[in-house]
Amino acid sequence: MAFIENMGLLAVTPGLVLMWVIGLTLIYLAVTRQYEPLLLLPIGFGILLANLPLTQLLDPGEGLLWRFYHHGIEWRILPPLIFLGLGALTDFGPLLSQPRLIFLGAGAQVGVYLTFFLAFGLGFSLEDAAAISIIGGADGPTTIFLAAQLAPHLLGACAVAAYSYMALVPIIQPPVMRLLTTESERKIRMGKGRKVGSREKLLFPITAALVIILMVPASAPLVSMFMLGNLFRESGVVERLSDVAQNSLMNIATIFLGISVGATMTADTFLRADVILIFILGLLAFMISTASGILLAKLMNLFTTNKINPLVGAAGVSAVPMAARVVQKIGAQADKKNYLLMFAMGPNIAGVIGTVIAAGIFLTMLQ
Amino acid sequence: MTEEVLAPLSGTIWKVTVAIDEAIEEDDEVLILEALKMETPIYAPCDGKVKEIHVKEGDTVEEDQLLISIETE
Repeated sequence: MAFIENMGLLAVTPGLVLMWVIGLTLIYLAVTRQYEPLLLLPIGFGILLANLPLTQLLDPGEGLLWRFYHHGIEWRILPPLIFLGLGALTDFGPLLSQPRLIFLGAGAQVGVYLTFFLAFGLGFSLEDAAAISIIGGADGPTTIFLAAQLAPHLLGACAVAAYSYMALVPIIQPPVMRLLTTESERKIRMGKGRKVGSREKLLFPITAALVIILMVPASAPLVSMFMLGNLFRESGVVERLSDVAQNSLMNIATIFLGISVGATMTADTFLRADVILIFILGLLAFMISTASGILLAKLMNLFTTNKINPLVGAAGVSAVPMAARVVQKIGAQADKKNYLLMFAMGPNIAGVIGTVIAAGIFLTMLQ
Repeated sequence: MTEEVLAPLSGTIWKVTVAIDEAIEEDDEVLILEALKMETPIYAPCDGKVKEIHVKEGDTVEEDQLLISIETE
């Protein structure tokens, strides 16, 4: 009798079944459409596990998934480890070669701030509004990092929204880009940037870490790891560390990050009316960020003779390198011999840092 | 006269789509470069004949590196 009473099957509710459908949908999208499979696959399976009754996987202090979440995310370990790998993967060359494009990475954070006020106006708390609006940066680890501290109950929804929109960059951004630029603007060929030396690339992560962390200390966990990873890369003397940071370690962190995020999405936290609102606001934030990057590029063109192709402004969101690829594609549709990819990488990388700084500012003000 | 095709961005040579002595027209695809896991086609700047190919598939190239020389009339 005890066996039957303890069978999970009898404890299944419609809410749980709905969550299974969501988990299976994410797995399906990851496998068949390859939408961010490295993340959506473990997230989808994590959702499935978190919504199987009587498993005790989520019991505080005991359950396996609870431990992954508590030590990995609540303790703020996994998102910074991902950033270590991203730093080792990142070449700051395109950014340093055209430093004025850094502004576009900052300009694209406008969507984050506008959505923050909009979400607050719609009745979300300041903390919830911050976690929702950071989706506009389209950066998964940063969204998880911020939501875990300000709005843990929204973490699952915000993370899934951020990763979904990263995967949907090639669908969401082009209409905004075409709407805000003319054919002749899209044809602008940009002047070559200056050559960047290896000493400059070596000094950049150190200088940037100092400046950013001194200004926004709350961004330190992410910024420090990002710049350390980049220092591994550019120093040229620790190829082993650079390799492990951007491959094995990042993959390990990704597995536990994905399954932990999925585990936060239980039926009672995720199936709420405002989750739909979160997805809409996140999408809006992302579109406004795309638009503001483009508009800032057009504004900068009013004051310079060395014209910027405004499309590269759209790469100021932090989905690296998806946003830069989209810029290249849309630019090439107007002029197939226009190569915008590397120009777009500058704002794209600046966008990652911009989103981290935005998250740091939220933490400073709201914690 | 010789025209030069230079790499517009750094990357890896994915495929060379022309052969030596082949006659080509302006805007024909001459090779495909891969950068940031994206294939970027490179096009001929002018009409002419492929005189020399300076890279092979799998080579890593820097920005402005000479890829192909084209002989024009």
